[in-house]
Amino acid sequence: MEFFADLVLLIDSTLRIATPLVLTAFAGLIAERAGVVDIGLEGKMLASAFAAAATAAVTGSPWYALMAGVGAAVALGLLHGYVSINQRGNQIVSGMAINIAVAGAAPTLANFIFHKGGQTPLLDEESRFSIITLPGAEALADVPLIGGLYSEIISGHNLITYLTVLVVPATAWLLYKTRFGLRLRAVGENPEAVDTAGISVALIRYQALIIFGVLCGFAGTVLSTGLGAGFIRDMSAGKGYLALAAMIFGKWKPVPTLLACLLFGFVDALQGRLQGVSFPLIGEIPVQFTIMLPYVLTVIILAGFVGKIQAPRASGIPYEKDH
Amino acid sequence: MAAVRKLPFWAENILLPSLNLLAAFVVSGLVIWGLGEDPFLALSLLVEGAFGYEEAIGYTFYYATNFIFTGLAVSIAFHAGHFNIGGEGQAMIGGLGLTLAVFLMGDASPFLSILIGIIGAAVFGAAWAYIPAYLQAKRGSHIVITTIMFNFIASALLAYMLVGPLQRPGGQMPESADFPDGVALTHIHELLSYIGISFEEGPMNVSLLIAFACAWGFWFLLWRTRFGYELRVAGQSADAAAFAGISVPRMTILAMMVSGALAGMMGLNELLGEQLRLLGNFTLGYGFVGIAVAFMGRNHPVGIVLAAVLFGALYQGGAELAFEMPSITRDLIVMIQGLVILFAGAMEHMFRTPLNRLFERFASQEAV
Repeated sequence: MEFFADLVLLIDSTLRIATPLVLTAFAGLIAERAGVVDIGLEGKMLASAFAAAATAAVTGSPWYALMAGVGAAVALGLLHGYVSINQRGNQIVSGMAINIAVAGAAPTLANFIFHKGGQTPLLDEESRFSIITLPGAEALADVPLIGGLYSEIISGHNLITYLTVLVVPATAWLLYKTRFGLRLRAVGENPEAVDTAGISVALIRYQALIIFGVLCGFAGTVLSTGLGAGFIRDMSAGKGYLALAAMIFGKWKPVPTLLACLLFGFVDALQGRLQGVSFPLIGEIPVQFTIMLPYVLTVIILAGFVGKIQAPRASGIPYEKDH
Repeated sequence: MAAVRKLPFWAENILLPSLNLLAAFVVSGLVIWGLGEDPFLALSLLVEGAFGYEEAIGYTFYYATNFIFTGLAVSIAFHAGHFNIGGEGQAMIGGLGLTLAVFLMGDASPFLSILIGIIGAAVFGAAWAYIPAYLQAKRGSHIVITTIMFNFIASALLAYMLVGPLQRPGGQMPESADFPDGVALTHIHELLSYIGISFEEGPMNVSLLIAFACAWGFWFLLWRTRFGYELRVAGQSADAAAFAGISVPRMTILAMMVSGALAGMMGLNELLGEQLRLLGNFTLGYGFVGIAVAFMGRNHPVGIVLAAVLFGALYQGGAELAFEMPSITRDLIVMIQGLVILFAGAMEHMFRTPLNRLFERFASQEAV
């Protein structure tokens, strides 16, 4: 029974950890399917985490926070778009530059506004996306098996986590069932053909980057106002890069990407549980090694199980009209 | 887009980077103004703090040494067609190798310890780059992702070593014991005093000269040897290289190992030159800045050295600036670096088209 309770808690924290991962991985997926590579997911998440937390602290409203978070990430997404689409600059350098600039700018602004050493003040319950207890969760909590499942795993998450559940089918529908999705995929595979058909490659890429920004904005917002209660320095802690790896592991497809995110979320939840646990024979694993776990797993997965990777053919390549 | 005419050498290599830098400074200036400080005063404090007096110059070149190593590291991988974002992790592991080698030698002979330490730094850095390179070459793993993951792994590994086996006995901080007496690179001011020139004491040390030597070696390797030629061919067109009988996977692995060795040698300056012990996170993002240095330096060693001095000045001047102006912190300097990377690295074409038009107009006027 204790094992079962452990498992329920583990799945619960997997879902929590996976929320920003899924959102950013799907953001990256949409951008890359449209032909824009962005390793700056990290920076966009961090920027919107700050914007959301700062707005929540000032206005006391999670809704304004969400708007600010999305606004910040969309703005940075468009900047990246300007660099990669109009300037035909190097997209990896641009992503990296935005990551570094945000890592410096966010604590600077936080310090300027709140004077708390680069953090925002702790948010109270009203100004956050707090936990939603679904009807009947408390009543069912003591029922064996389903009680734990319902009250811990299904109930008790914040609004954005529930919205994330909708993001996956919505993205799949957008990509595969709509005309826009067809054009978006075509722009990532064969922009010349799209251009010949009289459709603007740049416009489609910009539209993709706006969706990208919205998803990153949700991810950042949930980080600082849903899962956490305020912005702290470097709070994205490599999640943007893990999301990128999950997207590649998922071969740029929605369902495999979702599963990869859940796997990373599970490993991260597991490493949290493993800290301080003593094992037979080897004893306690030093915390630094459990921290390494998701990263080592990523490398092993990419090396061993992904097989031949076929990225969208035109991803990362600027489109030049009379080429 | 009209056929891009080649700009004159000075416009391409001096004017364009300067304009990009200017754009980054204008945006930074606006931010500083928004924070309620005078941007022009900030700029003059920054320049004064970087070049205004001998001690400042010493620090500027001390930081520049790090950037020469990491800039060259990024650049050689780039010439082979790869993006090594793992300079940060390779530098950490290089520093670990240096420290292990120095402690292994113990009190034997300082000169020998230094020599083995340098080799240790290069070998460990190269080994840390070898794994992602091998995985890219043989298994097709995305090298950008794997090198990023290796940065995280290196950081955790270093943290473990410094609170575990390598921690200073009885110490609480994440740092190793001090290197044995005499195991340190000579400072430049000491060298200068031998030949009768007096220079303010500072952290600038012999590794600056080693970095210059590496820059020269970089040029020689890439443009004067068969290996360098093959490496560049593999980087520009893998198909053409394979057709010419060059093994592209081999080039990937070798270029990445040289890259890792160069990044690993950053520890010479920080650890063997100044700190004289291993510190947690001594790399402070220098590996990432190497990307900007390589791009700004147009992937040529002379350019890389110049760009490294620029970033060195930004570091040193920025530290002085943060000291002088209360609302400017180290974080803001990080942001300015990001902006410089954005404008000088990613948006390097921004002023090219207008400049081209300008030059064409001048050319046609002269023709008339």
